[in-house]
Amino acid sequence: MPDLLIELFSEEIPARMQAKAADDLKSRVTNGLVDAGLTYAGAAAYSTPRRLALRVDGLTERSPDIKEERKGPRTDAPEKAIEGFLRGAGVSREDLIERDEKKGRVFYAVIEKPGRPAAEIVAEVLEDGIRNFPWPKSMRWGAGSLRWVRPLHRITCLLSREDGSEVVPLDVDGIVSGRATEGHRFMAPGAFDVTGFDDYEAKLKRAYVVLDAAERAEAIWHDATNQAFANGLEVVEDKGLLAEVAGLVEWPVVLMGEIGEDFLGLPPEVLQTSMKEHQKFFSVKNPKTSRIERFVTVANRETADHGSTILAGNQKVLSARLSDAKFFWENDLRVAKSEGLTAWTDSLSNVTFHNKLGSQKARIDRIAALARELATVVGADAGIAAQAATVAKADLASEMVYEFPELQGLMGRYYSDAAGLPSEVGAACQEHYSPLGPSDDVPSAPVSVTVALADKIDTLTGFWAIDEKPTGSKDPFALRRAALGVIRLVLENGLNLSLDQFIDLQLVRHKGHLIEAVSDEDVEDLIHEIAQHGVFGAAYRTIKEKREGATDGLDAMNGEVPDKSVDLLSFFHDRLKVYLRDQGVRHDVIDACLGMPGNDDLALLVKRAKALQTVLDTEDGENLVQGFKRANNILTQAEEKDGVEYSFGGDPKFAEDPTETALFDALSTAEAKITPAMKAQDFSTAMAAMADLRGPVDAFFEAVQVNADNEVLRRNRLNLLSSIRTTCLQVADLTKIEG
Amino acid sequence: MDQTITKPRSFQEIILRLQSYWAGQGCAVMQPYDMEVGAGTFHPATTLRSLGSKPWAAAYVQPSRRPTDGRYGENPNRLQHYYQYQVLIKPSPPDLQELYLGSLRAIGIDMALHDIRFVEDDWESPTLGAWGLGWEVWCDGMEVSQFTYFQQVGGHDCHPVSGELTYGLERLAMYVLGVDHVMDMPYNDPDAPIALSYGDVFRQTEQEYSRWNFDVADTDVLLRHFEEAEAECARILDHAEDDPKTGKRIVMAHPAYDQCIKASHIFNLLDARGVISVTERQSYIGRVRTLAKRCADAFVLTEAGGYAA
Repeated sequence: MPDLLIELFSEEIPARMQAKAADDLKSRVTNGLVDAGLTYAGAAAYSTPRRLALRVDGLTERSPDIKEERKGPRTDAPEKAIEGFLRGAGVSREDLIERDEKKGRVFYAVIEKPGRPAAEIVAEVLEDGIRNFPWPKSMRWGAGSLRWVRPLHRITCLLSREDGSEVVPLDVDGIVSGRATEGHRFMAPGAFDVTGFDDYEAKLKRAYVVLDAAERAEAIWHDATNQAFANGLEVVEDKGLLAEVAGLVEWPVVLMGEIGEDFLGLPPEVLQTSMKEHQKFFSVKNPKTSRIERFVTVANRETADHGSTILAGNQKVLSARLSDAKFFWENDLRVAKSEGLTAWTDSLSNVTFHNKLGSQKARIDRIAALARELATVVGADAGIAAQAATVAKADLASEMVYEFPELQGLMGRYYSDAAGLPSEVGAACQEHYSPLGPSDDVPSAPVSVTVALADKIDTLTGFWAIDEKPTGSKDPFALRRAALGVIRLVLENGLNLSLDQFIDLQLVRHKGHLIEAVSDEDVEDLIHEIAQHGVFGAAYRTIKEKREGATDGLDAMNGEVPDKSVDLLSFFHDRLKVYLRDQGVRHDVIDACLGMPGNDDLALLVKRAKALQTVLDTEDGENLVQGFKRANNILTQAEEKDGVEYSFGGDPKFAEDPTETALFDALSTAEAKITPAMKAQDFSTAMAAMADLRGPVDAFFEAVQVNADNEVLRRNRLNLLSSIRTTCLQVADLTKIEG
Repeated sequence: MDQTITKPRSFQEIILRLQSYWAGQGCAVMQPYDMEVGAGTFHPATTLRSLGSKPWAAAYVQPSRRPTDGRYGENPNRLQHYYQYQVLIKPSPPDLQELYLGSLRAIGIDMALHDIRFVEDDWESPTLGAWGLGWEVWCDGMEVSQFTYFQQVGGHDCHPVSGELTYGLERLAMYVLGVDHVMDMPYNDPDAPIALSYGDVFRQTEQEYSRWNFDVADTDVLLRHFEEAEAECARILDHAEDDPKTGKRIVMAHPAYDQCIKASHIFNLLDARGVISVTERQSYIGRVRTLAKRCADAFVLTEAGGYAA
């Protein structure tokens, strides 16, 4: 059983592409080998900046012989048909056999496909793999037309056995396969031959190349933490950076250097970001002070001076970079202290947020208006919330954020504090973008929560207003994330707020800007009335009645806002379902609660769903749903047949059977508990009371025939069933429960 | 270790060594283009000559202007006028990386002591309608060159592909000479009877141009010049190929391209004056790109562009 070694040696492969490229090489080649009939025992792929490598162990020597029969025409068919068959099957007359079948004597062609040697198959599969490699970006070079991520120089392809190894012959656009490879570009220049994977890996290491990226990463981390530890310091962990750096070197050498004293006063995040983004340095901090005091850089070689020239150079570059950062920081602080953050906010009127949704400044003004309205519900001071919203994005105009966009928010906090604004405002600057993902922390400070909600609701309503909703996998404005953010902000802070109202308010602001016929007065009146009446519809009707003058603008709004509002709320509900499903709440349970009043209050909705799920998990609850459905079915059929609605509730005096009487009693007991509990939004109590009906309902169905011959009895019983239905439906829409 | 290579002592010595190194590699050593450009790539020896099938190898210094980078000569690393060293070889030779490393050795960078790295950096010029893949080359963490394999220029696929090297000369020289502030860098031999620093040569012009770029340049005039260059470029290319006077076929790709360069530089000036809004920016870039594309279309219809009658 031979082992296969492949190396594709090229100019430097971008670090971010290496790991996936190694995986792709492995899957393309091994899939190709298997498709061609070979099998193998194991495979592993490797990458360095200059090479992709693959080992496949225990490959079969040949693909198996295949014998296949193909049915042809009858032996008495015209000569032409037989000749056609021979051509199609690629066999001659002698290869045909005859067989008797029901319809007569028939020709069969016996086609034998002999197995092929592994080398032939490997060559084919590899050439195809190279020509069709899924690089995210590829290029041509020189006068050729082959595409690779950067110019490809060598193909090493060997099959090795106990008694030696053979080169698998291959020629891809003039690059001929061989047994040679190269070591480190500077420490061991020149080519050398290898005989198989073990020899290859060992010789590479002697030529200063560590083949395995994981081994390089581990060595880097080990040396970096050791050097830091020896100085009483800690390396700030960064897995992404570690993987990237491991992809930039073949022979990692860790060097630790000093950050100039002048720069230690910069915010640690600025130091960290600047060092990481520009220089790919790790930050090293003093655990006692939490200050970042040094850096770790990873060189690609050893030197006679133990890296001191390299380190000095890196230090110099860092100083130049940090001088820039310091210049930005000091300039920004000066602006923040002398002109305040609002000067930056005002300058954002020149920056477009979205060509239909206006400038960043217009957006900030909308968010501030909504924040003022949201504040009371969230429990924040309206004035401070509006102030926070006004400056929360001011840092987008600062020099530091222009240079390092990833520091947005955080710089806002520093500058807000420097400008002497209340600390809640600074916190809101930093936290209002949160939560960014499902695992990101949710802010809890009321001002931060208010601005975070206003920001996200403004984004969602804005893109809804211009019909830029997410479709399928396309969500360029991260609207699903924004909706999930709203959901988590509301639920994790236990906020009861009518989402409808705030959606309508913000849709009115957006549409007021988008629809020409709408006047400022229309927008003002609508916002005022929505704040009074809760939703758009009521506000619209109120103004229509009062207004003497033109209502074109209002009518135009009425043609758009309600539909968008309903659609956006149902988008929230969809996201909520996904969110709750991840928390183990059944989707039918959520459906059963969505139809209930107050479904735009997400916290209430979830409370109801969770209470329902708890009840359904009990035996009583589960059986009650069966009883309810039975009652509902019988009732619906009877109502259809009779053409009437049984909604009076029965009269206990017509009860004939003791179970019937008992059910009447149980229902009034349940009602007495459920009504006040529902009023108090105490769903657990209400649902427990509902589940208590299970015994009486079951007993009733056991003993009594609803559709009795006696019409009075029958009607009374149907009306009794309707009481069950009414009682249960005020808790949740049990018809939606599955099973 | 490269013991034969001595350390250069001045800015001009580094330039001279690069010139002689690339001349030794068979490049035509050309002179700077006599127009204001933002980067060495704009020189027709790169932009236009990277198009078409004819082999080409050129190296040259190109003074480059980036009005927004002006700092009145005070910033140690930023200048509104600086020099790029540019090499373009078509088709890109298989050992271009080695040739490039040879040029670093030639200017006194000892490969045994320094850490040279090729870090992914894809190049794109929206104004030229051009892009390529390559790296920024790091020496001890500092970017010393751009290394690009051109894939497309002026909207045309490059066949064959050119390899382009761009050295930021001041930054590279400061590193090699161990200078912290560009103005302190020796321009000629520091032992010369009249030793001149970079600051002696350029500090005053940096101040003058910074003031003019940021505050004084007449934006109305510049806007008009932009329109005029744009119109002239189009007008030149609208002419028939056949020259009625000589009776010869003369496609005027280069004169038209001059106007494209002019428009591009005026756009940079307008940008520095802060009169171009974010949305307008895109449209200006698009207008210059349209010119660059038309010039590229014209160049491939010339003899140098591989056109055979």
